[in-house]
Amino acid sequence: MDTALILQPTKPQRGGIGGPSTPATTEPLAVRGVLITIALVFLGVFLGAPLAVVFAEAFAKGTAAYWESLREPDALAAIKLTLLTAALAVPANLVFGVAASWAIAKFDFVGKSVLITLIDLPFAVSPVISGLIYVLLFGLQGWLGPWLAAHDIKIIFAVPGIVLATIFVTFPFVARELIPLMQAQGNEEEEAALSLGASGWQTFRRVTLPNIKWGLLYGVILCNARAMGEFGAVSVVSGHIRGLTNTMPLHVEVLYNEYNFVAAFAVASLLAVLALVTLAVKSAVEWRYRRELKRGGATPGPGGPA
Amino acid sequence: MSIRIQNISKHFGSFAALDQVSLDIQTGELVALLGPSGSGKTTLLRVIAGLERPDPDSGAILFHDQDVADRSVTTRGVGFVFQHYALFKHMTVFENVAFGLRVRPWQQRPSRREIRERVQKLLALVQLEWLANRYPSQLSGGQKQRVALARALAVEPKVLLLDEPFGALDAKVRQELRQWLRRLHDEIHVTSVFVTHDQEEALEVADRVVIMNQGRIVQIGTPEEVFNHPANEFVMNFLGTVNVFQGRLETGRAFFGPLEVDPSSLFHNQAGRAARAFIRPHELEVNTHKNGQPSFRARVIHINAAGPQAKLLLESENGESVQVEMPRDRFQSMGIKRGDDVYVSPKNMRVFMEDYVI
Repeated sequence: MDTALILQPTKPQRGGIGGPSTPATTEPLAVRGVLITIALVFLGVFLGAPLAVVFAEAFAKGTAAYWESLREPDALAAIKLTLLTAALAVPANLVFGVAASWAIAKFDFVGKSVLITLIDLPFAVSPVISGLIYVLLFGLQGWLGPWLAAHDIKIIFAVPGIVLATIFVTFPFVARELIPLMQAQGNEEEEAALSLGASGWQTFRRVTLPNIKWGLLYGVILCNARAMGEFGAVSVVSGHIRGLTNTMPLHVEVLYNEYNFVAAFAVASLLAVLALVTLAVKSAVEWRYRRELKRGGATPGPGGPA
Repeated sequence: MSIRIQNISKHFGSFAALDQVSLDIQTGELVALLGPSGSGKTTLLRVIAGLERPDPDSGAILFHDQDVADRSVTTRGVGFVFQHYALFKHMTVFENVAFGLRVRPWQQRPSRREIRERVQKLLALVQLEWLANRYPSQLSGGQKQRVALARALAVEPKVLLLDEPFGALDAKVRQELRQWLRRLHDEIHVTSVFVTHDQEEALEVADRVVIMNQGRIVQIGTPEEVFNHPANEFVMNFLGTVNVFQGRLETGRAFFGPLEVDPSSLFHNQAGRAARAFIRPHELEVNTHKNGQPSFRARVIHINAAGPQAKLLLESENGESVQVEMPRDRFQSMGIKRGDDVYVSPKNMRVFMEDYVI
């Protein structure tokens, strides 16, 4: 599909992208057939089958057992904690992401390249290390441990630690989406708004925000998916206390280790559904987002001057 | 409102975009800042607008004799029109024009009805009432630029600043829009400054032209003054096509390329200095025979007779290229063909002594 787009020498036509490519540039039928088959088989074996297994196992003992294992208090607690974590981590990273990308795209300052590199840090480090950093910082033996203990503040093996670790791991998503978008759009609209007498806040709310909303939403969706699905970092800081510090992914592991397959896969199926919903919303937003990126440049409009 | 710029400098790193620039602009004037890219004209415009801060130790900018250095672009009361329009993409034409009125603090904000009336009046002024509900992506370049202008005028600016307003438009639309801008300015009389790199545009539209090069102002004057009395070689070169002849002085005789001229009228006390003669294509007369005037012989290399002026490319006997323009009917009556030999004599020339800049 992508190659077909690139190879088409004519202007892309509205709605005609999926049409037959020009005979001069396309590969022989056999080559295309082999490539498509390889891709589909790979997709089926490594993605389709596991997804199917999750649901098959979850409903292995019938619908009643499935609902029962989701209504169990520890499972409910895990679902609640996961939702709470995402509800805190996503807005935090939303604010940070907008602020960072705003600063990076619109201003020049000392340490800009350092900031850009640091934003990517959570992508580069293993999540387990991320979790460990928090244990080393806030744990009883850690730097701030004694002070926290003295003031009776619990971070490690408690909800705050889980939220902090999740924020760390999901840190780059929003900023990474917004930086290229904001850079493509440049400063002119903001300058125009300011010259018309708008305050900084009015400019942000009425001009900048509407221009980035699809990119922002896209970043938030990815951020949310990762926040709910994070395992490594959270696992290190949580302590796996059932009903208290278990998020859904951790709860799945606990159940699985206890050979409670139906319950494990039932909770896992929720995560799988979340993933599917995320994919659907992501595709929809992506479509709008691409149009937004295109509009970042000058778009010649139809019709001549009067 | 008059604008006075006193000794303004602006550096980007070590690059001097503006170097001690001073300029006075009268109330109601339409001034063009003209220069090649990198000459500092856009920087000067942005400094006037308050979008760019001049160097901290440089001079002052006065609006109506009041220093505006510490006023930001938000409070300076200027209307700014951007080269690429900078329309708000997610707002309709109407909302774009209304923006400046709607963001006012509520005590100063006009009522909804007043805003509607004001916007409609402005859209009528730029002849775009029928597009009020369109989005910018649905407009042509010329329409967008007129919306941008209406939007800038909505806040009743005391100064209108336009950054290469027609730079992104195609030739025909540009021609129409600049005549339209001139008429609009005659109608509303707001002090206006516009930046352009197109000398034709500057000469046609502006009351006064400010020619800039390398961060400095080279010449200020009416279009006629700068065109007919260019201050130096740069201005001469920049304001249109020109033939350049290297000068050399021999005992009692002066040569500019293939052309011999009477040295007494030119060199005054400058004898011995290198000089160059500048002659515009239309200032050269072409004849098929010698007519007694000082002239040189050249061969016709190329003819372009499309348009009101016939443009000839000639080559002198020592291989110099010479461009000549003449009215089309004269060209036709002479019956010159490619490869013919002709005699070229100057009707007018300007001689500049070379500066010792080595």
